[in-house]
Amino acid sequence: MYSHSLKFSALQSRRVPVACILLLFGFGPLLAGCIRQGHASPRRVLRVCSDPNNLPFSNSRLEGFENRIAELIAREMNADVEYTWWAQRRGFIRNTLKSGDCDVVMGLPSDSEMALTTAPYYRSTYVFVTRKDRGLLVTSFDDPRLRKWRVGVQIVGDDLANTPPAHALTNRGIVGSVIGYTLYGDYSKENPPARIIDAVAAGDVDVGIAWGPLAGYFARHEPVQLEIAPVSPRSEGSLPFVFDISIGIRRGEGALKQELESILERKRSDIEAILDEYGIPRVKG
Amino acid sequence: MQPSKSHIAKNIAVVLALFACASASCSRPIQSNAEVREVRLPSGLSGSNEPDDGQWLMPAKNYSSNRFSSLDQITVDNARDLKVAWTFSTGINRGHEAAPLVVNNTMYIVTPYPNILYALDLTKPGAPMKWKYEPKPSSAAQGVACCDVVNRGAAFYDGKIFYNTLDDHTVAVDAQSGKEVWNTQVGDINQGESMTMAPLVVKDKVLVGNSGGEFGVRGWLTALDASSGKIAWKAYSTGPDVDCLIGSNFKPFYEADQGKDLGVTTWPPDAWKIGGGGVWGWISYDPELNLIYYGTANPGPWNPDQRPGDNKWTCGIFARNPDNGEALWFYQWSPHDLHDYDGVNEQILIDLPIAGHTRKVLVRPERNGYVYVLDRTSGEVLSATPFAYITTSKGVDLKTGRLIYNPEKSASLGKVVREICPASPGAKDWQPSAFSPKTGLLYLPHNNLCQDAESVEANYIAGTPYVGMNVKMYAGPGGNRGVFSAWDPVAAKEVWSIKEDYPVWSGALVTTANVAFYGTMDGWFKAVNAVAGEPLWQFKCGSGIIGQPITYRGPDGKQYVAILSGVGGWSGAIVAGNLDPRDGGGALGFNNAMSDLPKNTVKGGMLYVFALP
Repeated sequence: MYSHSLKFSALQSRRVPVACILLLFGFGPLLAGCIRQGHASPRRVLRVCSDPNNLPFSNSRLEGFENRIAELIAREMNADVEYTWWAQRRGFIRNTLKSGDCDVVMGLPSDSEMALTTAPYYRSTYVFVTRKDRGLLVTSFDDPRLRKWRVGVQIVGDDLANTPPAHALTNRGIVGSVIGYTLYGDYSKENPPARIIDAVAAGDVDVGIAWGPLAGYFARHEPVQLEIAPVSPRSEGSLPFVFDISIGIRRGEGALKQELESILERKRSDIEAILDEYGIPRVKG
Repeated sequence: MQPSKSHIAKNIAVVLALFACASASCSRPIQSNAEVREVRLPSGLSGSNEPDDGQWLMPAKNYSSNRFSSLDQITVDNARDLKVAWTFSTGINRGHEAAPLVVNNTMYIVTPYPNILYALDLTKPGAPMKWKYEPKPSSAAQGVACCDVVNRGAAFYDGKIFYNTLDDHTVAVDAQSGKEVWNTQVGDINQGESMTMAPLVVKDKVLVGNSGGEFGVRGWLTALDASSGKIAWKAYSTGPDVDCLIGSNFKPFYEADQGKDLGVTTWPPDAWKIGGGGVWGWISYDPELNLIYYGTANPGPWNPDQRPGDNKWTCGIFARNPDNGEALWFYQWSPHDLHDYDGVNEQILIDLPIAGHTRKVLVRPERNGYVYVLDRTSGEVLSATPFAYITTSKGVDLKTGRLIYNPEKSASLGKVVREICPASPGAKDWQPSAFSPKTGLLYLPHNNLCQDAESVEANYIAGTPYVGMNVKMYAGPGGNRGVFSAWDPVAAKEVWSIKEDYPVWSGALVTTANVAFYGTMDGWFKAVNAVAGEPLWQFKCGSGIIGQPITYRGPDGKQYVAILSGVGGWSGAIVAGNLDPRDGGGALGFNNAMSDLPKNTVKGGMLYVFALP
C-alpha cells in the first residue's frame, strides 16, 4: 500500500526545470550556472507536460516510465528536459500542449484527434486483475461469473464517455454488482487511479478491470500477489480494448515528429527495457 | 413593428429599428394585445431586509427571485437616451456571469477565478475603487471547473458580503472595510468539487452548494452561520435519508418520490457515493412558509445505461426548512437523466390565479424545455408547458408528475442519434429569467440548440484511454441559437419572442416602467418593451455578455442600470478558453455551435453602468 501522507497542492500548473531553465535571451549572469562550460550556445530543451501525481506514468519525483523515456529521448536530442506539471484531466491538452507550454506529452492514444501523434511506441490492453490466492482468474467479458461477482471497473465522468470495459459490462447488462473507480479519484492521495488495484488486493472487489500499464505496475506493489490477464475479445463493434500509445505533439510540427520517431526507432530496445522494468503489459500484433 | 410578436433575427434589423426610433413614431403609446395583469407579490417575498428598493442586495433581487425593480425613471419612452455613465475593468479575461450588488452607495463585484471582490464608491465621480479583497484561491481549482471558471455572484446580509471561491471556500467580507470576517472551506478540489453559485442568506444562514457532477462528486447544499461561518447543517443530494436530511416531515407529492432511502435504492450499489446532483444554481425563499427551494444537478459520472433507476435526488427540486435543513418535499424534473439536464435553474415564487383560485406557486423554466408551475406548498405540478423545441420527451404526465421520455432520442455508445433537442445545455441553462408583477409575464433568456451524437471517439485521462460519443451542437429550428421571450405562466403560453443569433446566456431584468434588459454573447446590451417586446435601445459592450443585469438608484437620485461584460462560460469557452474552432467536439460539443463566436467578440471583463443624461 502507499503512503497517503504526501499532499499535492497540485492538479496544478507548476513549471519545474529538471536540469535548469534556459532562457534564450538576456539574464546572462543569472544563467551562468546553467550553461555548460565550453558551449557557446545554450543546450536544447525538451519541454514536456506531465501529470505530477500519476504513477506508473509520471510524477514530480520523476519516478514514472514516461519520465524515464523523456530523459532517454532528451539525451538523444542533446537536450535537457523541462516539465510543466498539470493534472492529466479534461482540458489537459488544451491547457498545456495547445497553449504552448510544452512541446510533447509522453502518452496519447495514437489515433487521438487532439494532437499530432508519433508512430506508437507501445501497445497495451485492458486487463482483468484478480488475487492469485483466490484462484479467480478470468479472461473474458462473457465469463458468467462476472454476473455474480463484485466487479470493479475504471470510469470517467464525461457525458456519454467511459472506459471500454465499463461499456462492455453495460452492453451485457452487468450493472448491479459493478463498482466504479473514477480516473480522477482523490488527488490529495498518491496516484489516484490506483485505488482500483488496492481494492482487488484488499478483497473489496473480486475482480478489477483496469488499463494494463496501471494494473501491471501496481500488481507488483501490492502486499498480496495479483494476477493480470488481457481482456477478450480485443474489441467489439466500435469498442476497442487494445490501444496504441504515442508521443503527442502540436499539429504542424512535422519536423519534431520525424526526429522523435527516429529516436523511438533507434532506442526501441532501451524503451522496451524500461517498459519491462515497470511491468507494462504489451500486446503484439 | 408587430405589436405582439417581434422576431428580430439579425442585428441589422435591430439597428434599423433603432433608426426608426429616432423619428417621432417611437414616442407613440405602445400598442399591445398582450394581456397586462397586476400580480400581487406575496408578503415578505420582496425581501424583508430590504427597506430601500433602490438597492440590489442579492443576485435575484429578492427572495422570490423575480429580478423586478420598482425604479421607474427609465421608461419605454426614454430608454433610447441611455448613455454610459462609467465603466470599470475587472482585469480578468474569463466568463463573467455575476450580478453586481449595490448597498449603501457602494457597488460590489465578484469576478471569475481568482474571485476578486471589488468595492466601488458610488458617491464619487467615476465610482473609484474603495478596496478590493483577494481570497487567492488555489490555481489547481481551475483544473476541476467543468465549464469555465465562472462565479455567479455574491449576497449582502447584515453588513457582510458573502460569496464562494472556485476552490470551495465560502467567505464573509466586511462590506465597509473589505476585511475578511470568516473563511470556511466547505469542499475539496481534490475530490473534484468546485463552487460557482451565488449564496442565498436566509435567517442568519448562508446557503451554498457544490459543482462537479462531471468529476464524480456527491452533491450537497450546506448552511453556514452568517456571523461565525460555522456549518449548521449539510444536506446531500444522494445517499441514505439521514444524509439527505429526509425525515418524518418529508411529504413529496408523487408516489415515485415516496419511500425509504430512495437516494440509495434508485442506484446500482454504491453508485450514489459518486452520483452527482450538485447544487450550483439558484435558491429561493418563502418567509411565510419558511421554505427554501433549490434544484439538483445531473447524475454522474456513469452513463444512463450504467445507473438504472431514478437516481434520486438528482435533476429535481427540494423544499427545505432553512432552520435545520430538513426536507419537506421533492419533485424530480428528469428522473434517470439521459441528456445532462441539470435541474438547477431559478424558481420564481409568485401567487397566481389558477383555475379560479389563487395558488402559491413557483415557476421554473427548466433545462428539459418545459416551464413548470408547481404548488410551492406541496410540490404538485400544476402545469408543464414546452417553451422551446423538444424532441427528447413527449410531455409531463400530470397524474404521476413524470417526464415522458422519447426513447428514440436517448444516446448510447455506438448509436448515432440525430436531433436531440434541447441539447445538453438545455432549452435554458443557469441564465436567470425575470418576472414582472406589473405585466404578469416571465422574461426568459434562453437557447435554441439541438445536438447529434455521432461517431465514437477515443480520449485520454490520467494515462488511461477511454471512448465516448462525439457530440455536436447546432442551432435548432429557425437557425437562431438564442431567444429572449415573454411567457404568460397562467395561460401557459408565449406572448412575444425575439430571436437572437447566439444563445442568450445572460440574465434578465425587468422594471415597473415595463423595460426589460438582457445581453447577447456578441456584446449587445439591450432594452426592450416588456409589454410588446419591441427593441428600445442597445449598446455594444467590449466583450460578449453572460452576466446578470441589475438596476439601482444612485446617491444622486438617478436610476442606473449595470451589467458585466466578459464572454466565457460553457457557451463562450471557445473564446475565453482559446478553444480551436475546428474542434467541434470541444466544450462537450458546444464548440460546434459557436465556431463563429471568436470572429464576433473577444474576452475581457468590464462593468458597464448606464443612465439617462
